[in-house]
Amino acid sequence: MAHAPKSNFSNPVVNWIDQRLPIITMMNKEYGSFPTPRNFNSLWNFGAIAMVVLATMIVSGVVLAMHYTNNTALAFDSVERIMRDVNWGWMIRYIHANGASMFFIAVYIHIFRGVYYGSYKAPRELIWIFGVIILLLMMGTAFMGYVLPWGQMSFWGATVITNLFSAIPVVGEHIVTLLWGGFSVDNPTLNRFFALHFLLPFVLIAVVFLHVAALHITGSNNPLGVEPKGPQDTLPFHPYYTTKDLFGVVLFLIFFAAFVFFAPNYLGHPDNYIPADPLVTPAHIVPEWYFLPFYAILRSITFSITLPFTDVVLIPAKLGGVIGMFGSIAILFVLPWLDTSPVRSSRFRPIFKWWVLLWLVPAFLVLGYVGGKPAEQPYVLLGQIATVMYFVFFLALPIIGRIEKPLPLPASIAKPVLGGGSVATGATAQVMEKA
Amino acid sequence: MRRLRNLIAAGVLSVAGLTAGAQAAGDAVVPPAQEWAHGGVNSFLSFFKGYDYAAVQRGFQVYKEVCAACHSMHLLHYRNLTDVGFTEEEVKAIAASVEVTDGPNDQGEMFTRPGVPADKFKSPFPNVQAAAAANGGKAPPDLSLMVKARSHFEDYVYAILTGYEEAPADSHLPPGANYNKYFPGHAIAMPMPLFENGVTYADGTKATVPQMAHDVVTFLAWAAEPKLEERRRVGIMAITFLVVFAGIMYAAKRRVWADVH
Repeated sequence: MAHAPKSNFSNPVVNWIDQRLPIITMMNKEYGSFPTPRNFNSLWNFGAIAMVVLATMIVSGVVLAMHYTNNTALAFDSVERIMRDVNWGWMIRYIHANGASMFFIAVYIHIFRGVYYGSYKAPRELIWIFGVIILLLMMGTAFMGYVLPWGQMSFWGATVITNLFSAIPVVGEHIVTLLWGGFSVDNPTLNRFFALHFLLPFVLIAVVFLHVAALHITGSNNPLGVEPKGPQDTLPFHPYYTTKDLFGVVLFLIFFAAFVFFAPNYLGHPDNYIPADPLVTPAHIVPEWYFLPFYAILRSITFSITLPFTDVVLIPAKLGGVIGMFGSIAILFVLPWLDTSPVRSSRFRPIFKWWVLLWLVPAFLVLGYVGGKPAEQPYVLLGQIATVMYFVFFLALPIIGRIEKPLPLPASIAKPVLGGGSVATGATAQVMEKA
Repeated sequence: MRRLRNLIAAGVLSVAGLTAGAQAAGDAVVPPAQEWAHGGVNSFLSFFKGYDYAAVQRGFQVYKEVCAACHSMHLLHYRNLTDVGFTEEEVKAIAASVEVTDGPNDQGEMFTRPGVPADKFKSPFPNVQAAAAANGGKAPPDLSLMVKARSHFEDYVYAILTGYEEAPADSHLPPGANYNKYFPGHAIAMPMPLFENGVTYADGTKATVPQMAHDVVTFLAWAAEPKLEERRRVGIMAITFLVVFAGIMYAAKRRVWADVH
């Protein structure tokens, strides 16, 4: 123990443990005294909210797995048995089914906050990248989870989405066979999806841990986007943000409970109460609401791209749609480098602010709307316009970074006075006043 | 909430109708909203509403005497009927009125016995193939979840049961199909199931077609969402608790933050 720091806890048991594994010292450092910007607004609650929803999903999901049967002949009825005969089964299932939606609501708001306040910028790029990985894992997990009840939308959603991989040149068909475990969506598909649906959330936890660990190296961004300059700019995480986060979490749980208890099927699709039937295709195959924007991008590529002046197809429409859909997420990975402005917060970015609020947000909402509509006009055109808007949002960022004149930044968080001068001089312009 | 949704649906439909033109014609008609004692399985603002058990019981009679000739309800057990006001003796008698196939016994043979409350509702056909063969090639759907498995829920099922009309001259019904105003495409295989006085209610209620349709849909709603009342009751407690908790957390947060400005 020569190199171990001496712990000074009054409780001898705590002290004994902490001497050997300083986990209590660490928790105290990371969640007790951890210096946190003092000026968070309520949008900063959604990280904690997403964490609570993830925990809820895992607990409810493990209980459901104890009663669920992953066989195509039995799955649908086993879910109904949970709803009817398992003690509190209806509540656990409705929590889990609506919890997926709640997770996406929390995470979409969390991502919006990150974009609006430039949280992805240096030195927090890696936190952002872990976040995008979390989003991808969530999507995979949610998609496979929706297949498990083996209703009509489960089956046909799985068929449509897994078929997308066949668009990949050369290896596409093999990937699809591997995903299916055969030549169509069937029992092997259900079995592997169940295994992966159980596994991926734990991978998710590991990435969430990295996301938070990296956050605790750089510290949090804040609504002003200027780094804390001293203790007057921060508050210890506990009790200030533990109480604030918990208040936000409880408010969100009220919203969550309203769905679970009073509108549990509102976000679902009636067709998923019909057992899967490979011989009957539903009139409209619609994914869950949280996939609709990406589904709209997928369907908006209705044309093949050919070599100019020839009939040689370079990218068939299906592959184009798949590239568009995955590209819409992949582009998030490079967002920290597309946005060249040194200013983080939209509060001081007169162009970027409206570029987010009046361009990106409407494009995303229109995509969500179009994704739920049948693939016919005018929705196809609307979806194509919104798809272009979505990608243009990112591609125009280097230009905006160049032409935009940011407003003067405050000297510090504790003194958010517009102290004249530009970004460069702002930091040194004002003498700090004691908070 | 439902009015708002209807309004939105109507708005969207009218826009779609304007743009899609004639394509929208001939498709499903939005079923008119009915009054349900329980407010509807998907109703948000029916916090204190529950099923009308007398209607559920009458609806069970309609199911048993009319629908059960073709439609199974394999997710229900006879024991479930005690939840809607049937006594245990009544449920035993209802279950005993059917012959169930059981086995194999210790001689390795299947045998029949009178039903018990733990049995599932007996299906009219031994398997899907038999059901399809007896019904023109397509098995009549199981009704256990019917109310939750269609958009517009109770209103849709009610509309189907009461929506049979004389086929308009320009409709091209395939042979054996019946014209129903609310069925998508209007050509429905099921013949009109309900007729005036098709059942004789023990409680003296007059068995008109709307009355029987309303009763059987109430029964099907309960069958599809049997925990609706418990769900709403627990929901009120859960949300009350959370609101109080939020108030306490808000006070705690205010107190903690009082020295920060």
